[in-house]
Amino acid sequence: MPSGRPGGTEMRMRSAAIATTWRRVDPAVLAAFGCIVLLLLLGSLYSRSFLSPEYLLQQLKVASFLGVIASGTMLVILLGHIDLSVPWVVAVGGMMATACTGWGPLGVAMAIPVGIGCGVLLGLVNGCAVALLRIPSMIATLAVNAVAQGLMVVHTGGFSPQDASSPAMRFIATGHSLFGVPNALIVWIVVGAATIFLLTRTRFGRTVYAIGNRERAAYLSGARTHLVLIVAFAIAGGLSAFGGVLLAGYASKAAQAMGDPYLLPAIASVVLGGTSILGGRGNYLGTVAGVILVTLLQSILSVMQIEEYGRHVIYGVVILAMLLVYGRGRRHSE
Amino acid sequence: MKSDWPYHLREHRGTLLAFLGFVVMFAIYAANHPAGLNANVATTAANKGTLLAILAMAQTLVVLTSGIDLSVGMVMVLANCLASTIVVGTPMMTALGVLGVLATGAACGAVNGLIVIVGRLQPIVTTIATGSVFYGIALALRRVPGGDVNASLADLLTGQWAGVPASLLFLLALVLLVWTPLRRCALGRAVYSVGSSEVAAYMSGVPVQRAKFLAYTMSGLLAAVAGLFVTFITYSGEASAANGSTYTLFSIAAVVLGGVSLFGGSGSAIGAIFGALMFRTIGDLLFVFNLEPLWQPLFQGVVLAVAVCLGSARLLRVKNRLDVYG
Amino acid sequence: MSVLKVQGVCKRYGGVHALRDANLNVEAGRIHAVLGENGAGKSTLIKIMAGVVAPDEGTILLDAEPVSFASPAAANAAGIVCVFQELSLIPDLCVADNIAISNPPRRFGLIDRRAQRHMAEQALARAGAQDIHPLALVKDLPLSRRQMVEIAKALARNPRLLILDEATSALTAADVTKVYAVLKRLRAEGLALVYISHRMHEIVELADECTVFCNGRSVAHYAAGTKTDNEVVELMIGRKYDGVFPPRTTLVDRRTSPRLEVRHLGWTDRLVDISLQLHAGEVVGLGGLDGQGQRELLLALFGVLRGTTGQVLVDGRPVTITGPHQAKDSTIGMALIPEDRKTEGLMLPMSVRDNLSFAALEGLSRWGVIDTAAENEATRRIMQLLSVRSDGIDVPAGSLSGGNQQKLVIGKWLMVAPRIVLLNDPTRGIDVGTKHEVYELLRRLAAEGAAILFYSTDYDELIGCCDRVLVMVDGTVKRELVGTEITERALVSSALSLGIDTHRVAPEAARG
Repeated sequence: MPSGRPGGTEMRMRSAAIATTWRRVDPAVLAAFGCIVLLLLLGSLYSRSFLSPEYLLQQLKVASFLGVIASGTMLVILLGHIDLSVPWVVAVGGMMATACTGWGPLGVAMAIPVGIGCGVLLGLVNGCAVALLRIPSMIATLAVNAVAQGLMVVHTGGFSPQDASSPAMRFIATGHSLFGVPNALIVWIVVGAATIFLLTRTRFGRTVYAIGNRERAAYLSGARTHLVLIVAFAIAGGLSAFGGVLLAGYASKAAQAMGDPYLLPAIASVVLGGTSILGGRGNYLGTVAGVILVTLLQSILSVMQIEEYGRHVIYGVVILAMLLVYGRGRRHSE
Repeated sequence: MKSDWPYHLREHRGTLLAFLGFVVMFAIYAANHPAGLNANVATTAANKGTLLAILAMAQTLVVLTSGIDLSVGMVMVLANCLASTIVVGTPMMTALGVLGVLATGAACGAVNGLIVIVGRLQPIVTTIATGSVFYGIALALRRVPGGDVNASLADLLTGQWAGVPASLLFLLALVLLVWTPLRRCALGRAVYSVGSSEVAAYMSGVPVQRAKFLAYTMSGLLAAVAGLFVTFITYSGEASAANGSTYTLFSIAAVVLGGVSLFGGSGSAIGAIFGALMFRTIGDLLFVFNLEPLWQPLFQGVVLAVAVCLGSARLLRVKNRLDVYG
Repeated sequence: MSVLKVQGVCKRYGGVHALRDANLNVEAGRIHAVLGENGAGKSTLIKIMAGVVAPDEGTILLDAEPVSFASPAAANAAGIVCVFQELSLIPDLCVADNIAISNPPRRFGLIDRRAQRHMAEQALARAGAQDIHPLALVKDLPLSRRQMVEIAKALARNPRLLILDEATSALTAADVTKVYAVLKRLRAEGLALVYISHRMHEIVELADECTVFCNGRSVAHYAAGTKTDNEVVELMIGRKYDGVFPPRTTLVDRRTSPRLEVRHLGWTDRLVDISLQLHAGEVVGLGGLDGQGQRELLLALFGVLRGTTGQVLVDGRPVTITGPHQAKDSTIGMALIPEDRKTEGLMLPMSVRDNLSFAALEGLSRWGVIDTAAENEATRRIMQLLSVRSDGIDVPAGSLSGGNQQKLVIGKWLMVAPRIVLLNDPTRGIDVGTKHEVYELLRRLAAEGAAILFYSTDYDELIGCCDRVLVMVDGTVKRELVGTEITERALVSSALSLGIDTHRVAPEAARG
């Protein structure tokens, strides 16, 4: 048999530098979970209640909102793109859902689907711009965000939206069931399980990773790259809007700029969870860890009553520190 | 000898288009302005335009290296808050204050650069995180809006000189004294090389790390200049996160409108300046056409969307579909 | 007089030896050819000589003094310049900027554009490429012009030792002749030249002496012309070699309608009025000089090009193929093995299994959900069929050698059982052993009823594998060679449009 040499030298060298494939346990995921434990321990030094089940459950509930949004963000980042329309798609979801409740009993019943549906529509616009017009996702989603903001400003007349959330919205966001587990957490678990299934077991998910790794090769292999891109952005839009619906349910109404505080944490959660910002590599469990990590960090900072400025500084520094530990790129000489 | 003009045109295509776009927009604006185009109207418009233009210059430098700086708005806010504290008093103190603000901006840029170069983190996440840090510092300096600035310096740069808005002259000076030498020097060309193909640049012996460091540091410096300008216009300092992030996004829009490629390696700060002026003028068209302010965010969003669509339209004429995949 | 001597150099990457006790002696005024398969260590040696990487052991003597280079710039300063295989040109800068990239002439601290342009024009002239305008942007130039600029850039640094790593692989024949002349002139001027190429006839034309690398070691050194081609190949692959291609079976049934028929296909100015027929079981080659439209023809058939004119028929039915997804569909059954396996054929960081199954996912999944058991089984089957050497199916595809990677690309398409197989220079940069496995595979596919169209830059392949060869010139099929007509002389002369009988224009498709 001819000597097909196993591992040309340069390939071997590069394989050592290429992160482990997403089938095996990602060291970044482990690191993220490790950081969570570390944060809890540090917090417990400040106060015992940081390790109490009530506190932890409360954190998980708050994390669920970010978790739903971050699931969509992860999908887009895996493609090698970015979704900067999160802030106002979240707001659209919340505002449209609450607006629906003003349209009679049918409106109340349809509040959640309508909210999510609006997000899907905006996501479709993102997807078409990126896939068909080949506009860089950063600028396309930025434009969609600006348009969504404009539409909402016109819709609310510049004031705070007055419509109330539907009972269903309040239920899934604030209710408890099954041994006191918050409904919001159950929602996140369902969304998460669906995302994991989508990414690891379906053709769609495989194509997402392929596009993130090398869209050209995926296209030439006959994958429907355009369709996958559009659908992925649509799903991300729907998930962002769903996050907005949950937030509106939690606060019983929507608010101006309600989505603004979620963009950076969503991206940070995904990246801290080991997903490469360049796409093609990432594990949903890592995103889960990232979301919990970010939520815990924000919570601990506010409980310690650190002044607002301190919180911003610490938040930025911690993210940088963690990324420097396990998010670095390769040197040229390698 | 073969004609050189086709090649010059090719090289500066984006900038020329941005210039044309601005001229068209401004003509519409000037023709329809209810008060007519007098010096005061021009000055106010010029001040706002120059502000975004300087920030767009800052963003251009980083984008040329195929990076992105999502912290420029926050550096501007930080510079604004700092300036409202130290750019006051005697001419000597004012001068020192200005130097201090500029140094702070450069330091912020340098921090970004070091993390990207030495830490090998992606610019997008780096600048998101550092933006948060810079904002925190700004908030620490100015928990509530306030402060003051040397009035004579402020008036000098935001007023008029022989009927011409001073801010535009300042912008021109920036271009001549900062951008043009940068572009023509070897390190400036290295910035373009790094953005065009970092691998090829390394193989060709281009000083990749120094070029990136220069780009990020100068970006911080220019963002600080923008912050100074804000202070000169508003006479106060305010740590507004909304402002910071809005201006960051506007700077990206200006850069795209100005023909600078987000993939790096091509484009010019001059194009970005025209992109910024164009963007600002369009925003002001609302006022001119008596549209309610309520519609402004939507209008600006739609304009941005249309502009990027037009910018990508040439991709639709691509004949080999493989060409669209990087 | 020795300019550079490499002694006992070793280089390890992880646990693998890229170079083991490598020796090379380069003398002034001579062209020294370096031969070897991919993975033999040639590229690593070149990178060490050019200062891109540092050796782990061994010495490098420059004029009998030991040296070590910390960077490419240091090597350049010592007079060693390399023209790399992967181009080192900056696409968005103009030619003059690229040529003077590392040390531009300056005035008052800024780049002196006029002096730079003058320097560029001189370098271009020295490289025989005067027709390239110094202000043209590199990204607007076709690949062969870019390579000429790369050579000019190397010459602008006034080297004492010039290393050319596959420098002619992308050049048109006219440029190749110019480059030969340039290299011979440089040799006469006293430069030392190291020349790496896979093309035997180039080595014969240019080299004074040769060194063969195998498995990271320098195994032979001899004066050019003192060994036969077979002997050289044996040295390169380290075992006996008989250079025989799998036998051609010409059981092609021409009574049925052709599997693939093309009528008057055109696209911009790159493809002009192409007509051809491909029957099941045939292996048809595309010949001609590089850049005459062969790649574009394959892309057009696969649906990648927009705005094509003319008709394409599959099994007698007219079809309009709008993209690879449709081409792959079972009603058409086309497969394309693309030009560049690393950027077009594989997703390198993904696992071997994910790459292999990617084109066949529709068949391996139900309602969008992948059947992992079926996927694993299909993967193993193909791996065995192609004897792909790999540490399992979960490792990244990037960890395999070049030859095995190309097998993955082919294997991916085998999984969909294509009926028309298009190949774009499939054995470029592949070691000889794997090449033959590919030839056997093509023959077997043809025997099983597939129609094969493949473009190759290697004359031996076209002669050895193909039933017919269509020689393309300027975007159209100028000549068809059948069976025993396919000789190197016929291929070359038709490529240059020098006909034995120039009246013979059309392939049998003209009757169609």
